[in-house]
Amino acid sequence: MLELKGINKQFNGTAILQNLDLTVADGKTLAIVGPSGVGKTTLLRIISGLETADAGTISWDGTATTPAALREKGVLGVVFQNFGLFPQYTVRRNITLAPTLHGKSQADADKHADELLDRLSLTDQADAFPFTLSGGQKQRVAIARALALDPQVLLYDEPTSALDPALRDNVAAMLNQFRDGGMTQVVVTHDMDFAAKVADTVFTMPNGKKG
Amino acid sequence: MNYVFQILPALMSGAWTTIWVFALTLVISIPLGIVLSLGLSTSSKNVITLVIRWLLNIYTWVFRGTPLLLQLIFVFYGLPTIGVVFDRQSAVIFTFVLNYAAYFAEIFRGGFAAVSRDQFESATVLNLTRWQTLRYIIIPQVVKIVLPSIGNEVINLIKDSSLVYVIGLGDLLRAGNIATARDVTLVPLVLVGIIYLLMIFILTVVQKQMEKKFAFYR
Repeated sequence: MLELKGINKQFNGTAILQNLDLTVADGKTLAIVGPSGVGKTTLLRIISGLETADAGTISWDGTATTPAALREKGVLGVVFQNFGLFPQYTVRRNITLAPTLHGKSQADADKHADELLDRLSLTDQADAFPFTLSGGQKQRVAIARALALDPQVLLYDEPTSALDPALRDNVAAMLNQFRDGGMTQVVVTHDMDFAAKVADTVFTMPNGKKG
Repeated sequence: MNYVFQILPALMSGAWTTIWVFALTLVISIPLGIVLSLGLSTSSKNVITLVIRWLLNIYTWVFRGTPLLLQLIFVFYGLPTIGVVFDRQSAVIFTFVLNYAAYFAEIFRGGFAAVSRDQFESATVLNLTRWQTLRYIIIPQVVKIVLPSIGNEVINLIKDSSLVYVIGLGDLLRAGNIATARDVTLVPLVLVGIIYLLMIFILTVVQKQMEKKFAFYR
């Protein structure tokens, strides 16, 4: 269980997050919703350790920790809004790069990548470069790349906003499939319909009312 | 034609000077430029890095802002007046490396700035170390971005190497100039031009090949 308590964050003197508490239950999908500029992405970036909170604590399974420590333990996987694929590497290499740099053998990493590619219907794109892929394919590669490190929590920043609206239901079905497989997920979205389709819990910002 | 073969050995030995000045300068100044560009690119507010960045900015400003010819004369004829003496070869390499590293540092700084932030962040969340991020993610992309600008500088370097005549090193241009003055004919200078064109033709082909090699992705 991932718990945030009393998170504060200011940018240039403007308070973005004020005394925010958030709990992410194991195996559940939490959607963080709210209008633009309310700090949803900032909150996700704090959880993933790309921003530092000015105040507050983060704990994992009841033990106080930091996002950096969670990252080093391989607890968190992050899927960015614009995916952040590495353009100079093939789809397969995008997925195997981090595991091999962390000491996994190329053969094991390739085997795991092939399973993920199969699961995410990307087998035909395994040797393609990212610039040739559609938005939906890029997103699935980004997800496969995060899953290759066997995270326990997947964080998504606006997973529908860079995609064709027609793909929204596919993304929702995919997230629900991961949830059914036991994955804990945090989804930042401004799309209430999408949130309703995937979330066990909806966290509405700025006031943090839970629905 | 006989005359051409007569002066060719002198021109070739001059061309050899041009080539070693070129090669040594490149081999030292490109890695140095990369290292310096890392210092120019930091966004850290740490006092030491701020001072380093400030010094590096002054360095690139001075070396890009004054003529290479002035820098050569300064190092070889000027510095001995305060007791710093270089032999000709060392003065040339010292000056050319400092001058070209300043250009390369700025080119690489621009290259690093052009890599989108999501590349650094993706590498961070995949738990890559700073070195792995540079080595596997960022530098390969920077190389592709800077290749055309580096190519321009490399071609300039071949031509700039002719400035070494000012401190009495016998390069290609000086060899041609001597032959023209001695024999009162245009032929040596025409040959010098042709040899420069040939060298630059080869470099242009190499540059095109390298750009092609990196064209497999966008």
